[in-house]
Amino acid sequence: MPDPNSEVPPELSAEAVDAAVAAALAAIGAAGDLDELKRVRLQHTDDRSPLAQANRAIGTLPGPLKAEAGKRIGAARGRVRAKLEARTAELEAERDARVLQDEAVDVTLPPRRVEPGARHPLSTLQERICDVFTAMGWEVAEGPEVEAEWFNFDALNFDADHPARQMQDTFFVAGADGGEDSGLVLRTHTSPVQARSLLERGVPLYVICPGKVFRTDELDATHTPVFHQVEGIAVDEGLTMAHLKGTLEHLARAMFGPEARIRFRPSYFPFTEPSAEADVWFPQKKGGPGWIEWGGCGMVNPNVLRACGVDPERYSGFAFGMGIERTLMFRNDVTDMRHMVEGDVRFSRAFGVEDLTSGGER
Amino acid sequence: MRVPLPWLAEHVDLVEGHGADEVAAALVRVGLEEEAVHRSGVTGPVVVGRVLDVTPEPQKNGKTINWCHVDVGDGDGSGAGGGRGIVCGAHNFAAGDSVVVALPGAVLPGPFPISARKTYGHVSDGMICSARELGLGEDHAGIIVLERLLGGDVPAPGTDALALLGLDEETVEVNVTPDRGYCFSIRGVAREYAHATGRPVAQALRDPADVRVPAAGGGQGPAVRLADEAPLRGRPGCDRFVTRLVTGVDPTAASPQWMQRRLRQAGMRPVSLPVDVTNYVMLATGQPLHAYDRDAVRGDVVVRRARAGERLKTLDGTERVLSPEDLLITDETPDGSRVLGLAGVMGGADSEVGEGTTDLLVEAAHFDQVSIARTARRHKLSSEAARRFERGVDPELPPAAAELAVRLLVEHGGGTAAGGVDVDEHGWEPEVRLPLDLPARLVGVGYGEAEIRDVLTEIGCEVSGAGDGALVVRPPSWRPDLRQPVDLVEEVARLRGYDAIPSLLPPAPAGRGLTRAQRARRSVARALADAGAVEVLSYPFVSSALHDAMGLPADDPRRHALRLVNPLSEEQPLMRTSVLASLTEVLRRNVSRGTRDVALFEVGAVTLPEPGRGRAPVPGVDARPGGEELAALLAAVPAQPSHVGALLAGARRGPGLEAGGWQRASEPVTWADAVELARAAASAVGVELVVAAADVAPWHPGRCARLSTADGVELGFAGELHPRAVAALELPARTCALELDLDALVAAAPAAVPAPAVSSFPPALQDVSLVVDAAVPAAEVEAALRAGGGELLEDVRLFDVYTGEQVGEGRRSLAFGLRFRAERTLTAEEASAAREAAVEEAARRTGAVQRA
Repeated sequence: MPDPNSEVPPELSAEAVDAAVAAALAAIGAAGDLDELKRVRLQHTDDRSPLAQANRAIGTLPGPLKAEAGKRIGAARGRVRAKLEARTAELEAERDARVLQDEAVDVTLPPRRVEPGARHPLSTLQERICDVFTAMGWEVAEGPEVEAEWFNFDALNFDADHPARQMQDTFFVAGADGGEDSGLVLRTHTSPVQARSLLERGVPLYVICPGKVFRTDELDATHTPVFHQVEGIAVDEGLTMAHLKGTLEHLARAMFGPEARIRFRPSYFPFTEPSAEADVWFPQKKGGPGWIEWGGCGMVNPNVLRACGVDPERYSGFAFGMGIERTLMFRNDVTDMRHMVEGDVRFSRAFGVEDLTSGGER
Repeated sequence: MRVPLPWLAEHVDLVEGHGADEVAAALVRVGLEEEAVHRSGVTGPVVVGRVLDVTPEPQKNGKTINWCHVDVGDGDGSGAGGGRGIVCGAHNFAAGDSVVVALPGAVLPGPFPISARKTYGHVSDGMICSARELGLGEDHAGIIVLERLLGGDVPAPGTDALALLGLDEETVEVNVTPDRGYCFSIRGVAREYAHATGRPVAQALRDPADVRVPAAGGGQGPAVRLADEAPLRGRPGCDRFVTRLVTGVDPTAASPQWMQRRLRQAGMRPVSLPVDVTNYVMLATGQPLHAYDRDAVRGDVVVRRARAGERLKTLDGTERVLSPEDLLITDETPDGSRVLGLAGVMGGADSEVGEGTTDLLVEAAHFDQVSIARTARRHKLSSEAARRFERGVDPELPPAAAELAVRLLVEHGGGTAAGGVDVDEHGWEPEVRLPLDLPARLVGVGYGEAEIRDVLTEIGCEVSGAGDGALVVRPPSWRPDLRQPVDLVEEVARLRGYDAIPSLLPPAPAGRGLTRAQRARRSVARALADAGAVEVLSYPFVSSALHDAMGLPADDPRRHALRLVNPLSEEQPLMRTSVLASLTEVLRRNVSRGTRDVALFEVGAVTLPEPGRGRAPVPGVDARPGGEELAALLAAVPAQPSHVGALLAGARRGPGLEAGGWQRASEPVTWADAVELARAAASAVGVELVVAAADVAPWHPGRCARLSTADGVELGFAGELHPRAVAALELPARTCALELDLDALVAAAPAAVPAPAVSSFPPALQDVSLVVDAAVPAAEVEAALRAGGGELLEDVRLFDVYTGEQVGEGRRSLAFGLRFRAERTLTAEEASAAREAAVEEAARRTGAVQRA
């Protein structure tokens, strides 16, 4: 019976294999970068490497010895492979860390950009008010700024000879012939939309109309000849001043928070009877919560309904008009009317592109 | 209307503890809004002093001051002769006179605090006051000598002079709405105060007009005829005319101090006894009065309309040409008819009460509101009388008011009351039927019948009826504003308090939300802001000089602007026809304030009047205008499309970090940015703009893009402004601009968007370089490629523009990337064939040649 050991080639001896593994592990551990590691890998794993040679030698062994030798070489190559993988991951991580560090920048440097634009706060405020009303089922109406006197005055129960007609300092439009009488004016309020809506849409009517209006006031800190109002009119069966108060109170709460409420004071407008000034309880008022004059309102005068072909015996309605500039002034603490008028971009930019002033909502 | 509190208190019981602020607050509740509270501005120790001695001391500056000792009743004298030592510059007084002394600690209007101070070598321990220093008038000639001022008993030294001179009195000023003419009087405000404080008028009010009037007649004074032959709107100009004669009035008699004080507190200047009396009675009762020099009225008084060519010099010294609509007070003399005054507005200078007038004719009349309103407006004469008459004066007032005036003239002028006349042709205003359920139906508060009757009775109505569910109401003579049932409803709601009205939300029917156009306009504005433009709102007032500066040709339709009769500035009488026009001023303002890099936009109306338009009709208001009438009315209002305008100046982007590294230079705005902004606006509403070259003012003729829809509808222009316009408008060099017709843009938005085919197959990409004449617009070449590329062509993108030797003089090369795609994988042959078709079309349309 032959001596099994005498037939084992030297490269398959346990000593030789252990030495080859030890050499490979040492070389791998010593590799300082990925390139060196690549060389080491070739050196210790390619066909001419001791372990590859030992592997090939397994075939020369007699059957009974093959299994044991195969096991030993397999384990040896596994250890080398595992070490290589571990070292590769280590060196890759080191390399990545170095590259990312090299790529670090000053993130506070501004990119080259177009300055942000903005909407005018009077525009976005009008849109917000419209949104509150459309949410209640109202619709948004529009009317012309150069308006027929009939719509601006006559249809609204302003008698041609009544001093109320002179109350609103009116811009008159010259006729085509250059004469003074064209029957046109720059609308002094958004109220002509009441008559237009009644004529165009009929009843029941629930509309809101924001828009530009004109009075012959010189521009100063509290006056402007061109300003904005939002007009509301509702005509239906069974409407009362209580509905007027409720509607304004709803708007006030949507705009200024749940504590806001409305107070009426008697007043006079030709197109409403009874008429009232509406004050709003403004919780965020500068210097402490308090009442602020907000707008005029009242029950639509039967004369207006008649002029628009609506039967005042059957229908009643209410109307109101709020100053948008005034609202922005007290809500956002605008101290001078001129800021809203002059178009300085620094003013509008502060407000962004949407009215997000919170009325107490979070 | 200014209401001195003591005067008010004379006619109505004030609530215990009510000062000016409380009275104002009460009046607000019934609809008299507070305008202001006026106080004298004098506070602290101001007392009566008796001058003990006066030592004139000449000064180096040439002035002589008086070193005085004044007994101010404190028994403590700092000077040698007793009393306080006070330096005074005035000389109109002597030892023994009583004066007003402001002691240290007092504050005079200014505010001007008084303290003991060293002056002219003395310690002046207070100040002897003039009328002007106390805010009592303009008289600065000398100090107040109380013996002269009060004309009799002067209280002892030390007496509080604030109370003595009414300097502690407060005045409430309220705003009277045009429907409440009667509140231009103490009488009316007192009544409203009683209502506001819940006090029954019968107990709390002492009506100043409640005087016993002697029976008219006596045959003295001229006869009076009301002869309005041309009533306005069917209403006689005068329906009541009362005259009273007072003879032997002392022309030197002055009005009593208390009357002068009240006039001054009410905001009127004391003039003379007759004038002051008429003003005083007007303020007390609301009835305007006029006093004539009896001798200047030579015949019968006739109230009539003016005749063509008549003139009158009014009290204010203005010579006026009268209109046949003017109502006049005239007298009939043998020489013809003479004009004495503009009825109810202003008297004539010829019959004015003069310095020697002893016999006075007092007029108290009732004139028609419309007549007075028109005359006051026509002659731009807003007198106190006109202000009351045009709002409506109580026709029952004239006899009482005249009687009050006569009594005051007799008492203070020593005159004798003679007779007068009372021509009374006034009719009763109709009764108003008030359904009992109407107040609740309109106000939303369940008022009971008793409550309604109470309120109406309180305000002076006579109330009857109610058998058929309605009250028959006769409004009081001083309330011409109560004509409709709803007017009475307001009275009920007002006196019962608006605070009683509950708060209810009406159940509106389901709405449709914003319209498509409204949503589209919001999107456009938002897109412009998102693209970096800042929204502004400019005034729409422009000038023709601005049109000149913009370089608009003489026949440009934008020069046809609507003109205002009464512009704020004569330099800007026109309504803008483009938004750009009014934006230029806003850009200048920003630049002048140091904001050099600006992109502005505005969305707003422009006014485009039709040439030769007619006058807008004025239909009646008793019923809905007829179809044709309404159409004519709507057509008379000029077109006012909504436009969007934008101006860009300075840098589009400043220095900053870019892919290539840090960029030092800023990137100036160019014409392309204006076009791009227009594209942003259009694509916000789903419209793709077609761009073509144009030459339109105010743009640079070589850098102006006409913007239209694919269907050829012109929407506006964008590009760089003409250098001449830039210079004339004083804008930054190279300012760029756009203006779009927003209504047209919104109309062009697709009504329905057909979903595009989104193929998941790979695209075939092919590039093509085309050489064309340099004048051929890139957009035309691109359009040709698109047309030729057919259905397979998904997208075309210009990626290079080259000019130079290789393509030859006057030509340029445009390199396009073409992307083909279909619902299958395209073969190279298919894609190439489509490319060739595209190139052929480009060659056919634009002469393009493929670059070798």
